Amino acid sequence: MISVEALHVTFNPGTPIERRAVNGIDLTLAEGEFATVIGSNGAGKSTLLAAIAGDAPPQQGRIKIGGRDVTREAPAKRAGRVARVFQDPLAGSCADLSIEENLALAAMRGARRGLRSALHADRRKHLRERVAELGLDLEDRMGDRMGLLSGGQRQALALVMATLAGAEVLLLDEHTAALDPGMAEFVVDLTRRLVAEHGLTTLMVTHSMRQALDLGSRTIMLHEGRIVLDIAGERRKNMDVDDLVAMFRRVRGGEELDDDSLRIG
Amino acid sequence: MSAIAFWGAVELGLIYGFVALGVFLAFRVLDFPDLTVDGSFPLGAAVAAVAITGGWDPWFACVLAAFGGALCGLVTAFLNVRFGILNLLASILTMIALFSVNLRIMGRPNMAVLNQETVITPFYDLGLADHLVRPAVLAVLVLATVLLLARFLGSDFGLATRAAGANPRMARANGVDVGRQIYFGMGLSNALTGLGGALFAQIAGFADVTSGVGTIVVGLAAVIVGETLFRSRTMLVALFSVVVGSVVYRVAVQMALSADFLFLKASDLNLVTAVLVTLALILPKLRARRRAVQ
Repeated sequence: MISVEALHVTFNPGTPIERRAVNGIDLTLAEGEFATVIGSNGAGKSTLLAAIAGDAPPQQGRIKIGGRDVTREAPAKRAGRVARVFQDPLAGSCADLSIEENLALAAMRGARRGLRSALHADRRKHLRERVAELGLDLEDRMGDRMGLLSGGQRQALALVMATLAGAEVLLLDEHTAALDPGMAEFVVDLTRRLVAEHGLTTLMVTHSMRQALDLGSRTIMLHEGRIVLDIAGERRKNMDVDDLVAMFRRVRGGEELDDDSLRIG
Repeated sequence: MSAIAFWGAVELGLIYGFVALGVFLAFRVLDFPDLTVDGSFPLGAAVAAVAITGGWDPWFACVLAAFGGALCGLVTAFLNVRFGILNLLASILTMIALFSVNLRIMGRPNMAVLNQETVITPFYDLGLADHLVRPAVLAVLVLATVLLLARFLGSDFGLATRAAGANPRMARANGVDVGRQIYFGMGLSNALTGLGGALFAQIAGFADVTSGVGTIVVGLAAVIVGETLFRSRTMLVALFSVVVGSVVYRVAVQMALSADFLFLKASDLNLVTAVLVTLALILPKLRARRRAVQ
């Protein structure tokens, strides 16, 4: 469960380049709920995720995960309960570490790391099984450097890494945006499967209106650091991409959509 | 080059193998350009010299030197992690300060450790020639260190150290306290350098405040030569290659200095070092370019 109350995040407060990225957001996601987040560039989507993960400390408001207040907790400390996948496939893993080393690192997320061998036999077997489930033929390349893989392969593994240590919350920040269409499709399906399998409370930022409606059970639109639309259930089911785009336009006060900020489809 | 000169170079290479391991840990594993070693190496030597001439056990002196070195690394890490001082600058500040600290420790610029019981002396009676005993004992010590380090870097904690250096954002997202890893890694790196200094003082028979000048370049040279010789990516081989690199580098320098046709003198050492490191840095790039052309 995630609960965000009256959240304000301002970058460079009190300076000429002050920017209010999140400007009073209230949001509660029930346990296992999967919500997609849309909004134009600078709407505060990534900042909201960063605040929940602990990377962007809020000026005001509270963040609770599973009922516990984590507002002032360091990112490393809450990492045991919050898993993330970044937009940049290179950001989610270490290129110079092998596939299994990366996975082993993620498997200990939130646990105390001791001097036990990171690649002991039991763990290797388990990691191999998890990688084999992907069907990408990577299970026989567990010793290869992560840097040898494609962006899509790395992103698929990043998703597996996110689900290795039993997190409660999954934060996805446009994690398919940098992939080719085929691989994006694969990662979307994998996301759906893993979120369901692990019952993760999920927030997924996306630029794709299609993804925003297809995935999860709730869609939230942000604009200028606020929630301007929050739809679920019947209303969402009856909505298609055109309706959502129209709504997006209305929110922006009739501004013309610029193509960079939004991809329809 | 005579056999004695050759084994002398090997010996020095093995001593600096500890420094090279420390430099590898800081530069390659943590991605922390650390000049502290220029101060923690003579600190190790100074601590060991004072302890041994004070009648302490030479092994204990080595442990003290390693602790002293670790402390230097922690100071640099503290300046960087706690106050956000640029890593290179933080290490330069520590290095400069250590020059004074080392003078205080010894009470004078240099100190002899002659005719004292050292970690090597018990092994002189085993029947090997003296100039072979030293490299043999050092080889055992440095190889044991390589094995321990490889085991450590393959542990859950060690993996976190490597991730903290390779991709701090990813490490944090996976619950790694990056600052703590920097403290630990820098402490370990400079402990190894301090230990190298302690062994240097015992084998060379002196400690000198100026003996740290260029330690970082020698350590880097070893790392780069080692990486050029072995291309493997496993941690054990990488660590081993760093030690081999250190020995190869020393032997190469010795050969350059003793080749009469080159007209080099001992005082040209720093120039030769700089040229060798530059070559080692350029060669892989030239090779890659030639491959790209073909």
